[in-house]
Amino acid sequence: MAAARAPARWHKNISAKIAAIPMITTALVVFIGGTAWTVLYSFTSSKLLPKEKFVGLAQYDRLWSSSKWLISIENLAIYGFFSLIFSLLIGFVLAALLDQKIRFEDTFRTILLYPFALSFIVTGLAWQWILNPDFGIQHVVRSMGFENFDFDPLYNPDIVIYGILIAGLWQGTGLIMCLMLAGLRGIDEDIWKAAKIDGIPMWKTYIFIVIPMMRGIFITAIVLIASGIIKVYDLVVAQTGGGPGIASEVPAKYVYDSMFLSQNLGQGFAASTMMLVTVAIIVVPWAYLEFGGKRRG
Amino acid sequence: MDNVNQNASAVSTEMVGPRGQKPTKVFSRRNIMIYGTLIVISLYYLLPLYVMVVTSLKGMPEIRLGNIFSPPVEITFQPWVKAWAEACTGLNCDGLSRGFFNSVRILVPSVILSIIIASINGYALANWRFKGAETFFTILIVGAFIPYQVMIYPIVILLREVGLYGSLTGLVIVHTIFGMPILTLLFRNYFASIPQELFKAARVDGAGFWGIYFRIMIPMSLPIFVVAMILQVTGIWNDFLFGVIYTKPDLYPMTVQLNNIVNSTQGVKEYNVNMAATILTGLVPLLVYFISGKLFVRGIAAGAVKG
Repeated sequence: MAAARAPARWHKNISAKIAAIPMITTALVVFIGGTAWTVLYSFTSSKLLPKEKFVGLAQYDRLWSSSKWLISIENLAIYGFFSLIFSLLIGFVLAALLDQKIRFEDTFRTILLYPFALSFIVTGLAWQWILNPDFGIQHVVRSMGFENFDFDPLYNPDIVIYGILIAGLWQGTGLIMCLMLAGLRGIDEDIWKAAKIDGIPMWKTYIFIVIPMMRGIFITAIVLIASGIIKVYDLVVAQTGGGPGIASEVPAKYVYDSMFLSQNLGQGFAASTMMLVTVAIIVVPWAYLEFGGKRRG
Repeated sequence: MDNVNQNASAVSTEMVGPRGQKPTKVFSRRNIMIYGTLIVISLYYLLPLYVMVVTSLKGMPEIRLGNIFSPPVEITFQPWVKAWAEACTGLNCDGLSRGFFNSVRILVPSVILSIIIASINGYALANWRFKGAETFFTILIVGAFIPYQVMIYPIVILLREVGLYGSLTGLVIVHTIFGMPILTLLFRNYFASIPQELFKAARVDGAGFWGIYFRIMIPMSLPIFVVAMILQVTGIWNDFLFGVIYTKPDLYPMTVQLNNIVNSTQGVKEYNVNMAATILTGLVPLLVYFISGKLFVRGIAAGAVKG
């Protein structure tokens, strides 16, 4: 009986199974296979070409003693911290402003969101020009009479990452605003009425009632911002190319440079594995909260 | 409606005086604050676009003397012509037009292929669940969070094995792979919201997997196809990383070529040409954005709620 049923089950949905071959291949070969391959080869001494000479954690030792990598990590931490705080803050404040039943809401939203349609390359080049010390803001303010005005983030190694942050925030806050606005629209009108009757000031209503109610949206926004932070690459390439010197390097650029410019595959694999670990540290607790929580009720 | 009824009844029963909310003054302090803040912030967001346009219309002498915020005294379109047709990257001096046509040649097949595959995936997942389907889907969604850097090199090897490394076809496959998680999710959720009765009725009438897909699912879900298209067109056009890794200099997409033109260390910097080139590269996604309006927002909202 069982033997007779098996072929029938195999034939069941055969078209769907054939149609799903690209998905299955991508999932198994690229996502699982590719990731496992990179992690495995991060323990080898691969240079120009991948080779199976395992050297334990030697690549990671080198990685964490490389000043370029340490600067990359520091930059990512600074960029990530401020990017997260300001994206949430600006995104929420803008959404709250747009949610005041104002006129021209669509116009304002269109203006605040358009940078998000632009690539990081375009964003980076535009801000490279505005922040150019000889022509941009510094030059303009100086020519207005403030001779000692200094504002050249892209040429000052100490603050270059903030110059990149300015461009990154300009590009990305519109998206967070849209998310937050959708969240605010989901809040019941009655909550506002009740708060008004109780005489609670507006800012208090936002902080103590509305924001806690938007927990889900905030978590989504944080995950979104965080995954964008890890990926930051094009923006740096366009705006500073990692300079001055190596002052604005980021991990994604370290990986690319090791793999494709300095023929040091092992370092690239180790660095990308570290990026994977970082993402896992962020995403796993989120997935647990989001999906583990739902199942429990 | 309720308000209207209440007002109507109030008017008919007792005419004591004005009722309801006091009409708000246009120039109340609250309004000035809200609109003032929004206008200032909007100006800040528009500033880079304005500076780019203004710079691209000036001649180099005027840029050297003047102020990046001031409008051009003498408008010239020469920088645009140069950016499009003459700017140099390496040995090629045929301008950004090369990158533009490369990007088009990458964009069109990538968008079509990724949407076809992802919509079929979504359809199979929503209506033809087979054993293990959910597992593969979960892997796909988790995969969306894996940094690209982890998968870059294995894909280089795979493409090299099949002889597609450095070709446009290879890049099209890469875009299809990395677009798959989010698009599959998009289509799966949409198809799942189409009433099951329709699907069952078609089954009873003898329609198979492909029959239902072409005759029922596609005609019923045109909006989601448009959303997917917006998502893919902007995403693929704006890509830099995959373009620089999986193609070679002759085939570089527009973003990569733009970066090479502007950040080249040779020659005198021509800022007006650079800005014209930058706007030209941003033009396609900007057009998509301004034409699609609300659908764009819907696309990114769909992209935002991964999982």
